[in-house]
Amino acid sequence: MLTINDLKVSVEDKDILKGLSLQVNAGEVHAIMGPNGSGKSTLSHVLAGKDGYQVTSGSITYNGSDLLDLETEQRAHQGIFLAMQYPVELPGVNNMVFLRESYNAIRKSRGEDELDSPAFIKLIREKADQVKLPGKLLKRSVNSGFSGGEKKRNEILQMALLEPSLAILDETDSGLDIDALRIVADGVNQLRSEDRAMIVVTHYQRLLDYIKPDVVHVLADGKIIKTGDFSLARELEDKGYGWLLDGEAA
Amino acid sequence: MQTGNSSIDELLDGGYEYGFVTDVVSDTLPPGLDESTIKAISAKKNEPEWLLQWRIQAYRHWLTMDEPEWAHIAKPKIDFQSISYYSAPSSMKEAPESLDDIDPEIRKTYDKLGIPIEEQMALAGIAVDAVFDSVSVATTFREKLAESGVIFTSISEAVHDHPDLVKDYLGSVVSYRDNFFACLNAAVFSDGTFVYIPKGVKCPMELSTYFRINERNTGQFERTLIIAEEESQVSYLEGCTAPMRDENQLHAAVVELVAKTDATIKYSTVQNWYPGDDQGKGGIYNFVTKRGDCRGDRSRISWTQVETGSAITWKYPSCILRGDNSVGEFYSVAVARGMQQADTGTKMIHMGKNTSSTIVSKGISAGQGQNTYRGLVRIAQAAENARNHTQCDSLLIGDKCGAHTFPYIENRNPTAKLEHEATTSKIGEDQLFYCRQRGLSEEDAVSMIVNGFCKEVFNELPMEFAVEAQKLLSVTLEGAVG
Repeated sequence: MLTINDLKVSVEDKDILKGLSLQVNAGEVHAIMGPNGSGKSTLSHVLAGKDGYQVTSGSITYNGSDLLDLETEQRAHQGIFLAMQYPVELPGVNNMVFLRESYNAIRKSRGEDELDSPAFIKLIREKADQVKLPGKLLKRSVNSGFSGGEKKRNEILQMALLEPSLAILDETDSGLDIDALRIVADGVNQLRSEDRAMIVVTHYQRLLDYIKPDVVHVLADGKIIKTGDFSLARELEDKGYGWLLDGEAA
Repeated sequence: MQTGNSSIDELLDGGYEYGFVTDVVSDTLPPGLDESTIKAISAKKNEPEWLLQWRIQAYRHWLTMDEPEWAHIAKPKIDFQSISYYSAPSSMKEAPESLDDIDPEIRKTYDKLGIPIEEQMALAGIAVDAVFDSVSVATTFREKLAESGVIFTSISEAVHDHPDLVKDYLGSVVSYRDNFFACLNAAVFSDGTFVYIPKGVKCPMELSTYFRINERNTGQFERTLIIAEEESQVSYLEGCTAPMRDENQLHAAVVELVAKTDATIKYSTVQNWYPGDDQGKGGIYNFVTKRGDCRGDRSRISWTQVETGSAITWKYPSCILRGDNSVGEFYSVAVARGMQQADTGTKMIHMGKNTSSTIVSKGISAGQGQNTYRGLVRIAQAAENARNHTQCDSLLIGDKCGAHTFPYIENRNPTAKLEHEATTSKIGEDQLFYCRQRGLSEEDAVSMIVNGFCKEVFNELPMEFAVEAQKLLSVTLEGAVG
């Protein structure tokens, strides 16, 4: 589904990703772990098409086509979803309206009919129950005055609604208490399917206990320096990143 | 919510869809202003002597005044001798007997603008006074409104049909000495709308006036007077457009509102005069004095404005809160894009006890637009327990525009409670990225964020107009990002 080959990315002439390669197949859940500043968020942003990143070499192929050719919204239309580390607030923009516009924009791009309001309200209520998002948050402005946990749950709600084929979760677990963490993990687990892939970017192993990824990568200094199965996450929890980084240096 | 198929090219190209010219033969006074101009206007309208004298007094006073320069706007001095002060379609010389007799070209103009001047369009539930250059060309639903005692007519006709009312109230809220542009208006005003709501009547329809400038080199100087007697209610709205022309045209209006005891007046404006092109060529100079007088206890005047047009906007719809427990409100969205300049706000003058006022101002600046909020809250010594809440938010799109705020507070009573909140924000890259990651185009994202920003004001507009305003705003701002 997704093939990243020798990707180099810089921000304001500073090299962040320095030759990253990654292969993600449909049905797989990959975790990307790594210390702060290793380039995890850069990878998420580049996949979603955020401005401000220069891809200096390498390629990203998504479902057979060149992802870097596509605008941000086109990537969304093709099923790429990014749950953001810091979901932004949109004051005055009703959450329900935002979700409907988003949902219908994506349907429209696929040549499907837009869903009318009553049908959408029914759908969104089901989805909100699924991710345990209180109904009142649907009526408020997008993320405005939401707690940290509510913002993250709102991200998971959007993911559940939009049913992406490639979902990227950028440190969705940061700042969450254990209950919120479980809700996020449940949301992810419910969406696991044969034709969907997920990339879970995280600093900690906690979330992975609930998600149990198929593959775990360690990203350090702009490269993937180790790949393993779930046991690698356990090992990192015990030993930290130091032993890997030392190995890299040596 | 706008979900946009509109071609961006088309929008960047013109952006102003009301810029056409109506081809009618007009009876236009030659440019220039002296007492003979004023006599000519007055004679064309067959006015009584007292009104001519009032105009002449205003004109003589105007000669002693200077054009104000305190506003945060830059423009060349206006040459008042180069403007024509009266222009009317020749077909209007003999007033049309009925709506059916209106010149088809003018009728077509209003069709094109989507303004119902035929009563068959009654579904809209809105009565319209259509002002074309210097004259009112049609006023709908007059008979129906008369059944409840409501007078809805052009001010020229009111001068003849209801002279005592006009004489009593004209200039009673905005004296001709008030300011330079109001004084000029008093001297040369040509038409406008007159509304009278009798005691205890809730006006059964929305009333509206649609102002259209058509003729080249003319100024439009209309005058609106609305009187709401005790315990009456009325909601009035106005819209304005003009052709795209390379030269600037002056629009200097005066609006006076009088609310008696327990009366409510809601006045909404969707102003979309031609703003000029992207280089700042052409466009309307909009210098307007609007003031409401809450004369009676518990009276209420509410101004809502959506200002998207004009090269320059200079207006401060205000409330004089004379009656005890009277309420004044001002809700404003002002857009300055391209080379537009807006200096707008309000004055809330608290004189009665327990008076309260609310100001919500939303300024949007894009392109090289300069948007200024200027407001005055004055609490007089006798105004016990006055309250004001001011909220003043600015939204910037791009990095060449400006937002400025000049809030003035003058308080002479220690029991007053005054609150002022102000924010300035920029449509962030992060907000746009967020929306686009969820599949929305950049244009739709901007429109959604801007509409969210303006929501508190749009909520105050009558429903049909809230939808109009949203559409207008998304069209106005398309192409503003990038």
